[in-house]
Amino acid sequence: MSTLTPYERLKTVRSPARPNGEKYVRALFSDCVELCGDRRFAEDPAIVSGIGYIDGIAVTYIAVDRGEDIEARMKKHFGCPMPEGYRKALRLMKQAEKFRRPVVCLVDTMGAFCGADGEERGQGQAIAENLFEMMGLKTPIVSVIIGEGGSGGALALAAADRVYMLENAVYSVISPDGCASILWRDAGRAHDAAECLHITAEDMVKLGIAEGVVSEHGGDFDLLCGELQKTVARELRALSKLPTEKLLAARYARFRRIGVYEEGGDR
Amino acid sequence: MLNRKKRRIPEGAPFTDEEFDVVCSGCKSVHKRSELLKTGYICPDCGRYVRVPARDRIRMIADSGSFYELDRGITSVDFLDFPGYGEKLEKAKKQTGERSAVVTGVMRVLGIPCAVFAMDSRFVMASMGSAVGEKITRLFEYAEEMRLPVFGVTCSGGARMQEGAVSLMQMAKCSGAVRRHSDAGLLYVALLTDPTTGGMTASIAMEGDITLAEPHALVGFAGRRVVEQTTGTALPDDFQTSEFLLDHGFVDAVVVRSDLRDTLGRILRLHVGGGD
Repeated sequence: MSTLTPYERLKTVRSPARPNGEKYVRALFSDCVELCGDRRFAEDPAIVSGIGYIDGIAVTYIAVDRGEDIEARMKKHFGCPMPEGYRKALRLMKQAEKFRRPVVCLVDTMGAFCGADGEERGQGQAIAENLFEMMGLKTPIVSVIIGEGGSGGALALAAADRVYMLENAVYSVISPDGCASILWRDAGRAHDAAECLHITAEDMVKLGIAEGVVSEHGGDFDLLCGELQKTVARELRALSKLPTEKLLAARYARFRRIGVYEEGGDR
Repeated sequence: MLNRKKRRIPEGAPFTDEEFDVVCSGCKSVHKRSELLKTGYICPDCGRYVRVPARDRIRMIADSGSFYELDRGITSVDFLDFPGYGEKLEKAKKQTGERSAVVTGVMRVLGIPCAVFAMDSRFVMASMGSAVGEKITRLFEYAEEMRLPVFGVTCSGGARMQEGAVSLMQMAKCSGAVRRHSDAGLLYVALLTDPTTGGMTASIAMEGDITLAEPHALVGFAGRRVVEQTTGTALPDDFQTSEFLLDHGFVDAVVVRSDLRDTLGRILRLHVGGGD
């Protein structure tokens, strides 16, 4: 288990030294064929997707990629997908459904891209459509938060049957920096905000948002990918045995039970 | 279209005639609630649309006496011990008399039964936490069971950060309920009102079969300031307004308040008996 504080974990997953999404794709999947474009507007390089095998199972993979060098990073908006990125992901999920292939999503994003063009092309609508479609997609979906799970832009690839967190990965409704600016008008207090927001892998398991945590083996990438591959393949095999109706009912129930409120009074 | 006659309301009824002050979100002038109910919450000073409290919104749309509230007892709680949230909730509850940022129930519009939810911007900016997620989910489940259409009035600052990632998950939870309701062949009409942003735009606000918006409402995903900072350019005045969304193909129609009841009634009538 990670000994880092929540904020240290956020720093860790945002570090340029951290393996990016595409590196995970190469390590986890074999015989890959990359598939591009949303067929509506453009190709968004912030999302790397295609088909390949994981431990012998043919899957559709969808990964957010922050880019290796600065050139790639700028092209990929530092891993913040545009609406066309989400629409490409959805296109490939629907394709996966058609061929009864499970979907594996690797999530590592500060969030959906915040720009005028993104707004013009319906960033909110694109995410909403993914959520709506994923909640009814007739094939198993396993999502892994490999780095940063930033808000709706991450959830749009994680409305899944199973969600796993890498040991140092974080998942948050708002970036701790943003939260600190709103709360204390001081982005410098992101450290405190990270504590308050409960963003760690263990928090996610405790809150019922993730099924488990995958060890990073002290930074040994090969060992990490070996374990992650086994975990994902095991879940896919189990999920593939479920009849579609049960799969969808369980996915609904998985999210249905998340929430804390009181109920009393008149009704 | 308004209930101008003062009605006697039994205790615990969804609507009261209690007087309170409402601030115009445009010119900041303060008006009596009774006065705004008469104008349909259009500011007598500047003519702009004032944000409508959830119950008054339903009252303005529902056939008189037809609204029946559901799940009134569901209450927001501060389960993460988040700084300041407990006090914020207490203040919101006291100020609004609500227990969460949404009112749900069933009503009739021009005689046609319809499930309804309306968000209340006075309650922690109508942000979407567990209570909102649960009430909206239950409403869609109820509507599916009773084979009713849903009319939803959205306004929201987005997901409620004080509830951490649990609030984020409400987006998926509600989307699941909308999806099931939709798969049952049932109609969902959303009305986007000022302001509909963040996680609300990225979930139930944009999942309707028919998406209406009020004139000049702010509707977007990212905050305007954030977009300006990211792109380093000034944005046009109409950026992220209903009209902007209409131009870009993301809403079906911009509907003025005085036409809303008739428009909704017509849409509902066109779907009666269909969908099976």
